[in-house]
Amino acid sequence: MAIKLSEIVKQKELLAGGHRMCAGCGAPIAVRQVLHAAPQDAQIVVSGATGCLAVSTAIYPYSAWQTSFIHSAFENASATISGIEAAYIALKKQGKIGKDFRFVVFGGDGGTYDIGFQALSGMLERGHRVLYVCYNNEAYMNTGTQRSGATPMGTWTTTSPYGKGSSGKTQNRKDLTAIAAAHNIPYVAQAAVHHWRDTVAKAQKAFAVDGPAFLNILAPCHRGWRYPMEKTIELSKMATEACIWPLYEVENGEWRLTGKVQNKQELRGYLKVQGRFSHLFKPENEGVIEQMQEFVDQQWEALLVRCGEK
Amino acid sequence: MTKVAAMVGTDAIAEAMRQINPDVVPAYPITPQTSIVETYAQMVADKLVDTEMINVESEHSALSAAIGAAAAGSRVMTATSSQGLALMWEMLYIASGLRLPIVMTNVNRALSAPVNIHCDHSDSMGARDAGWIQLYSEDAQEAYDNIIQAVRIAEHPDVLLPVMVLMDGFIISHSLGRVELLEDQPVKNFVGTIQPPYSLLDTKNPPSFGAFDGLHGYYFEVKRAQAQGMLNASAVIKKVGTEFAGISGRSYDFFETYRLEDAEYAIIALGSAAGTARTAVDELREQGERVGLLKLRMFRPFPAQELVDALSHIKAAAVLDRSDTLAGSIGGPVFVELRSAFYEAEKKPRLYNFIYGLGGRELDINMMKQTVETIQTGMSDGVVQSSVAYLGVRE
Amino acid sequence: MSKSWDVSEISKWGWSKHPVGAVIPEPATTNRYVTGGWRSLRPILDLEKCVHCFICFIFCPDSSILVENEKMDGFKLEHCKGCGICAQVCPKNAIHMMNEAEALGLEQCLLPDDDKKDKKEDKSA
Ligand code: SF4
Ligand code: SF4
Repeated sequence: MAIKLSEIVKQKELLAGGHRMCAGCGAPIAVRQVLHAAPQDAQIVVSGATGCLAVSTAIYPYSAWQTSFIHSAFENASATISGIEAAYIALKKQGKIGKDFRFVVFGGDGGTYDIGFQALSGMLERGHRVLYVCYNNEAYMNTGTQRSGATPMGTWTTTSPYGKGSSGKTQNRKDLTAIAAAHNIPYVAQAAVHHWRDTVAKAQKAFAVDGPAFLNILAPCHRGWRYPMEKTIELSKMATEACIWPLYEVENGEWRLTGKVQNKQELRGYLKVQGRFSHLFKPENEGVIEQMQEFVDQQWEALLVRCGEK
Repeated sequence: MTKVAAMVGTDAIAEAMRQINPDVVPAYPITPQTSIVETYAQMVADKLVDTEMINVESEHSALSAAIGAAAAGSRVMTATSSQGLALMWEMLYIASGLRLPIVMTNVNRALSAPVNIHCDHSDSMGARDAGWIQLYSEDAQEAYDNIIQAVRIAEHPDVLLPVMVLMDGFIISHSLGRVELLEDQPVKNFVGTIQPPYSLLDTKNPPSFGAFDGLHGYYFEVKRAQAQGMLNASAVIKKVGTEFAGISGRSYDFFETYRLEDAEYAIIALGSAAGTARTAVDELREQGERVGLLKLRMFRPFPAQELVDALSHIKAAAVLDRSDTLAGSIGGPVFVELRSAFYEAEKKPRLYNFIYGLGGRELDINMMKQTVETIQTGMSDGVVQSSVAYLGVRE
Repeated sequence: MSKSWDVSEISKWGWSKHPVGAVIPEPATTNRYVTGGWRSLRPILDLEKCVHCFICFIFCPDSSILVENEKMDGFKLEHCKGCGICAQVCPKNAIHMMNEAEALGLEQCLLPDDDKKDKKEDKSA
C-alpha cells in the first residue's frame, strides 16, 4: 500500500482543531495519523479512556470528534467499546444498521498499562474487532506527571522524584507491546509519531484485520518530559534512534522490525535534552544512566533476535 | 394465555430476558446470580435469542460494556450480586448520568467482610443514591414481572434511567416458586423496540457521550435534569404497572397494602420478608390484633407522600430493614427515609426500626410477630424504647 | 448534517434545555471554538519555498494546516496554537514563527474592518 500525503490531505479530518490539548502535544498527532489510516468508507466510533485526550477533546458543549465518541471512565475504555461493538453486531444482524463501522480506543499509558490493563486484556482475549491505540507519553500527564508502568527507570516524575535517597523511578517499565502480543491477536505494533508513514501503515494494517489490534505509539509530552514544545517530533525520533523505543510489529505472531536503526545512538544524548532526566547528570546519580543503557541494550538485542535480525 | 411453572427465581429472570430478547447482555458470574448468566448463555448457545452476549472479565467491565452498548442505541440487560454490584459502583453513576436505560437484576447478597453469600440488602441499599430506579420483588413472580416492566420504565423518554430489579438471594433466587409466565408475543409487544435519543451508531450526527464538564460548569444543570427523570419515573412506573395488568392480570403500584385500611399497627417490609409478614398479619388478626402490612416495591424513586398518606392513620409501625446504614443509631435505610418522609406530616405513626436478616440470618413468623408485640408494648407503656433494634442477632 | 446546534447562549440555559445526559449531539463542534488565542508565536508560510509535501500537515497536533486545491494554503489561525512543530518539520524551511503580537499588528494594518470585528466575538466561546 503506497501511502501518499497528497491523498491523505484530501480525507476528512476526523479530529477537528479547537480541542484543548497543549500546544505541541504528541497525542493528537498520534490520533490524527491513526485516523487518517481508517478506511474512508467506514464510520468510526472512538472510546476514550480518561486522560488528557478524552478530557481535552470533548469539553461540553465542544467535541473535536468528527466520529462518534464516548468517554465513560478511566479503566474501562476497552470494556465500553466491547459493548459498542457487540451492539453493532447485534443491530447489524437485525438489519438495523447498514454501514460499516470501525471501533477505536485511545488511551494514555495510565489508562492502558495500569488502570485499564485488565479491561484491555479482556477485550483482546475475547477477540472484539477493535483497534486499541495507546498514546504513550510515559507518565500520568493529565494529573501532572506521575509515574506509570510505562515510565522508564531513572525518570523524574512527581511520584518518583529524585532526592537524597532517590534517583527517580527505580523500576524498569513493563513491555506492554509484548504483553499485548502474548494475547495472540492478529496485529500488534509499536510506533512513534515522528515516523508518520510507519504509523499510518501500521494503523492501516490494524484496521484491516478481522479481530483485535493493538498499537503502542510513543507520543512525547513536552510538559512532562520538559523539552521545548516544537521538539515533539525530534524527541520521538531520538527515542527510536537510541533504541529505547524500537519500531516493530507482530503480525499473526510474526515479529518484524519496521524501523531499521542505521546508527544506534547512545541513550545519554536522548536523556540530555529532557528535563525529566536532568538529575541523572549530577554526580550523585552516577551509574544510573549506565544501568538504563544496559536495560535498553538488553531489550534491543532480545528484540533483534525475536525479529530474526540476529 | 399464560403458562404456570414451578421455577427458581434466577430461571424466572432468565425466562423474562429470553422473552425480551435484548440486543446485548454483558455479564460476569457471581453467587447467587450465576445461574442467570449460565441459563442465558445456554439460551444464546441454543439460538433462542438474538442477543450478543459478552463474557466480560469483571463486573466493572460488565456495566462498562452495558454503557457502551446502550450508548450505541441497543437494548441492554445484565445481572449481578453483592461484590459484583460493589465493583460496578463507579459505573452505576455513569450509567445514570449518561441517562442510559440499562436493566439489571441484582440478586441481593450481603457485602463483605466477612464474606457471606446469603441474602441481605446491603448491596442494593448502598447503591440507593446512584440514580437507578429500584424495584424490589417479593417472589419469583414479581421478579419476572418487574423485569418486563423495567424495560418500559427505563426507556421511557421522560425517564431514561437505568433500572435495578432486586430479588433476594437464595430465598427467591434458588427457591422453587409458582410463576405464571406470559406468552412470548404479548411480552414482545409490551416492551416494544428501543427508541434512543442519541446513538453512537448514528451516521448522520455522530454524537459525543461523556464529555468533560469543563470550566463553565453545566454539571449542576445536568444533575438537575437527571433528578427530573427520577421524579418523572413515578408516573411512568404507575402507568406501566397498570398497563401490565392488561397482559398479565397482575397490576403493580409503588407499594402494596394488606389489611392496612383498618389497622392500628403496621409492618413495613420489602422483598421476600413481605411474605412472612403477610402470614404474621393473618395470624395476629385471628388473635384480634388490628395489624396490617405495607410491602414496598419501589424504593427509588421513593414514594414519600404516598407512604405518608397510606400510613398516617397507623398508631405504630415496625419498619423492617435488611441492611444497616452503620451510621450510628439512625437505623436502616428504609427507616431513615420513611421517618424523614413523615417529618412534616400532621398525623404520624410511631416508627420502630428492626434490622434483621443480615448475612441471610433467618426471619420467621414468630420474630415478625415479636416486632408487632414490641411496638404495641412500646405504645401502651408510653416508654419510648430505642427506635432501632436488631432482630435475631445473638446477644 | 442537519442545522447545527446553537450553543451561543448555553451559559444561560436552564437545566431542561441541555441534551439528555449532556450528550453533544453533533460532531466536531470545536470547529466553533477558538484556540488561536493561546498562540504567542504564529507560523508564517513562505509560499516560494513550499513544495506542498504536506509533512507539516501530518504533524500538526491541531489540524491547522490548510489545504486548498491540493496545495498547502497556510494555517487555520482560529485553531493553531503556535507550537512551532510545522516550522521544525518542514524540510524546505518554508515556515517561520513570528511573534504573535507583531503578526497581529501587521494583520490589523492589512485586514478590512469587518474581519477584525469577527475575530473579537469568537473569543467568548
Ligand atoms: S512541510 Fe513545508 S514544504 Fe511541505 S507543505 Fe508544509 S510548508 Fe510546504
Ligand atoms: S504552529 Fe503548531 S498548531 Fe500551528 S499550524 Fe504549526 S504545527 Fe499546527
